[in-house]
Amino acid sequence: MKNFIDLAYNKIGLPRLIITIFLLVFLIAAAVVDLSIPMLTGSLLVRVGMNAVLVLALIPAIKAGTGLNLALPLGIMCGLVGAVIAIEYKLAGATSFAVALAIAIPLAIIVGYLYGLVLNRIKGQEMIVGTYVGFSVVSGMCIFWLLAPFKNPEMVWAYGGTGLRNTILLHSSFDKILNNFLGFKIGEIEIPTGLLLFFGLLCFLVWLFGKTRTGNAMHVAGSNPRFALSCGINIDQMRILGTVLSTVLACIGILVYCQSYGFLQLYQGPLMMAFPAAAAILIGGASPKKAAISHVIIGTFLFQSLLVVAPPVINVLVEGSFSEVFRGIVSNGVILYALATRWEGGE
Amino acid sequence: MIPEQKELKPSAKSPLTFIKRKLIEYAVPLLFLVLCIIGAYYARLQPAFLINEIIMRMARNPVLVLALIIPVVAGMGMNFAIVLGAMAGQIGLIIITHYEVTGIVGLSVAAFIAVPFAVLFGYLTGKLLNRAKGKEMITSMIFGFFAVYVWQLFFLVFVGSIIPMRNEKMILSTGVGVRNTVDLVGIRYALDDIIKIRDLPGINIPISTLIVVVLFCILITFFMKTKLGQDIRAVGQNMEIAAISGINVDKIRITAIILSTVLAAWGQIIWLQNIGTLNTYGSHVQVGLFAVAALLIGGASVAKANIWQVLLGTFLFHTLFIISPTAGRNLLGDAQIGEFFRVFVAYGVIAVALVLHAWQKHSAAKNK
Repeated sequence: MKNFIDLAYNKIGLPRLIITIFLLVFLIAAAVVDLSIPMLTGSLLVRVGMNAVLVLALIPAIKAGTGLNLALPLGIMCGLVGAVIAIEYKLAGATSFAVALAIAIPLAIIVGYLYGLVLNRIKGQEMIVGTYVGFSVVSGMCIFWLLAPFKNPEMVWAYGGTGLRNTILLHSSFDKILNNFLGFKIGEIEIPTGLLLFFGLLCFLVWLFGKTRTGNAMHVAGSNPRFALSCGINIDQMRILGTVLSTVLACIGILVYCQSYGFLQLYQGPLMMAFPAAAAILIGGASPKKAAISHVIIGTFLFQSLLVVAPPVINVLVEGSFSEVFRGIVSNGVILYALATRWEGGE
Repeated sequence: MIPEQKELKPSAKSPLTFIKRKLIEYAVPLLFLVLCIIGAYYARLQPAFLINEIIMRMARNPVLVLALIIPVVAGMGMNFAIVLGAMAGQIGLIIITHYEVTGIVGLSVAAFIAVPFAVLFGYLTGKLLNRAKGKEMITSMIFGFFAVYVWQLFFLVFVGSIIPMRNEKMILSTGVGVRNTVDLVGIRYALDDIIKIRDLPGINIPISTLIVVVLFCILITFFMKTKLGQDIRAVGQNMEIAAISGINVDKIRITAIILSTVLAAWGQIIWLQNIGTLNTYGSHVQVGLFAVAALLIGGASVAKANIWQVLLGTFLFHTLFIISPTAGRNLLGDAQIGEFFRVFVAYGVIAVALVLHAWQKHSAAKNK
């Protein structure tokens, strides 16, 4: 028995183990209190799809050796700027989504490059610097949202004011554009086909990139800098590349998130978005030094299913809304665990 | 507090280089001084109002910023986990409000009750940070976030259900959970009002609170000269050398965090007796952010801080805080811009300071 636990601990890793046990407990409880399983499954699929790209965005940064990229809001801001511009020109449907991406991605490349330059000068402190770079960009962008000369009445405050609203509805632009693509129903379960396909496509691209020469060099630079040096790999350049890719994926990730959510959230909305993503990949078995796409999928799935199942179960036991509290404790607890142990990640 | 810096060699060749060096040293506070002056010009606040606000904030805020000094000297960076200290202080205040102990007695009892909680929280933080050497700041920050959620869980779910608490003024009508705001009318101004000068129109000077602030400044200065204080400094300069010279590094680091947490608890109590209402789920959340930003604006760095920087930083940061909404409205027609601006300043100054510090460390390591 002890051997088995040791094996499980080493192979699976404590975070994944605990979250899985948690999830099982809640699933049993959900069955006991008679929650609608098809409905939960449907919303789980949507939530996995909408959050997974943001989690995937962490992969290139970890591979390149810059750790958990807590400066995801940098990419998120680029994505939001793209979306806002697309809406300003009253684009609709797939065009609006494509235009938003087309504006956001070049922006993200520039921003990621600049941030990569910063990261190369602060090696070892990427997480705390990233957090505060993210925070300050989000709060600086608050001023931008307020002052930027947008005119579309769907986005500007109604009563003659200037400045964008806190939440912008997407029903006339790209609301559910991916979710509904080839979407179908199995019984009561709605399958967001396009969303999952899009995520799958991005995973494939990230995987493919890992197989290329450059991708391999980036991985070597991140996992074994000395060896990389002796191979003649420019480590700093690889770190910049990882940061750029991470930022680009984050900008795509927020657009995917928003189209599924149906709103853009501006101002303080994206402030804390990096932390649940970081928690998800850690739950999936990644460490700040080692990560794979499987960690993204497993982690997002476990974390989101916990978030889908736990709140309704808890609400049966006690009144009030605890989803936020629950998410906060789990995500910060997992990040703390990764920081305070020398955990190398599971398989 | 820190004696003359050694790198400031007396061989400054001309007064010009001396001035240049001083300018670089005080670049951050000077920049913010200029910002404050410009902001004050455009805000056009009543001078009496502005002075009164500044004095009030100089009384109620510095202890929370002082709480950051000891971990900085111990080489642990900015202790974002002073949030937990603030919580300990609030636990004290909630308990005395529940038992309706009022006045300066109530305040003292709250400060007394807060200590064991703060010591416990500080011990836990210290233990955690010892496991994350080199990553103390991010760890203390995440631990602060974590604690905020545990606090919510505790006071929304456990109080009233597991922990009996019956005071109707504080508990939600369902009988479980503490209300969003707790009126601290019993201890409001309990410290400020002991000695207060009200002679000038529109200006109140809470002498007693200011005395407490000065006392804490003196205490910390004095403390750093004791054996323990010197050990903390030795650990901060180089953990390995400190360990070789027989200092129990881990223990010293935990002690530094405990002291910081206790100070933060008292700082939060002093702050809340002036505010007068406890925002049960919000009062503590931004404590770390604002204290760290204030200290950095005062010219401190992640590795160096003294009481003068605490006082200067509190003054500049909170002046900016007072004037920025009105200045924003008068300059750009929207008070919200000013509010966003001050939040941006708080985050931005921390980001820049962290980048600069890590950069210096990185290039120093490279040059070796």
